[in-house]
Amino acid sequence: MKIVNWLLLISFGALLIYASLGLPNRGDGDAVMHREKSPAGSWGASSYYIRNAYRDAETLNMVTVILADYRGYDTLGEETVILTAGLICYLVLRKRRTNRDDKKPLKAGADAQT
Amino acid sequence: MRKHKYNPIILMVSRVVSPFIMIFGLYVIFHGHYSPGGGFQGGTLLAAALLLIRLAAGFDIAQIQFKRILGTPLGSIGVLIYFGTGFLAMISGGEFLNYGFLPFAGFTEAGLRALGILMVEIGVGLAVMAILVAIYDDLLEGYPHD
Repeated sequence: MKIVNWLLLISFGALLIYASLGLPNRGDGDAVMHREKSPAGSWGASSYYIRNAYRDAETLNMVTVILADYRGYDTLGEETVILTAGLICYLVLRKRRTNRDDKKPLKAGADAQT
Repeated sequence: MRKHKYNPIILMVSRVVSPFIMIFGLYVIFHGHYSPGGGFQGGTLLAAALLLIRLAAGFDIAQIQFKRILGTPLGSIGVLIYFGTGFLAMISGGEFLNYGFLPFAGFTEAGLRALGILMVEIGVGLAVMAILVAIYDDLLEGYPHD
């Protein structure tokens, strides 16, 4: 069984390395994802951001403009996720305050009453 | 659990280093318009400065700096700052989160957008800082800390 695990691991790693050989070079201008127009011939959203980010928001950092202005809903959702994680940690990990005496045997359904 | 005794050397170094981390976190938040950074990264640095004092001095002494009860309310206030910025733009005529409609006089529309981005980043930084400290405090709950 261990041999099967190792064989699966090695073959999957080899598959990933083989797939990574087909990636375009970093900063290659002719790669499809770096072109200004999509293969269908339309202007992508990224070229709009690069052209108009400073004109729209007077902010030099293009990433900040995209994160907080063009994609504001997304960042609002991310922040809500963080708040939800904190609230759930508070609910799960806090010390439970009960006035119940611990020496009494627990009845079934005693939690439903408190 | 072993009783925790704080080390004076570690406490001294933490007391010196922590304000600089805090200043750098504020710099990362407020300089996010011009350099890499923003609310999430700056909030994490602020939380690191607070958690360093919590680790070095112990939970009870660190309550002087940042009370345990403050964590969740400050996180909620951060989210409310973000939401309120978008809502302020909405009730003054624009769409939700369209900062060009914020009701502040003396700005061009692009300047209003820069101001809105700054307000949003402050909200994000506050929420991230408070929630990270609150998660640490919740994990410590129930253990006998010095």
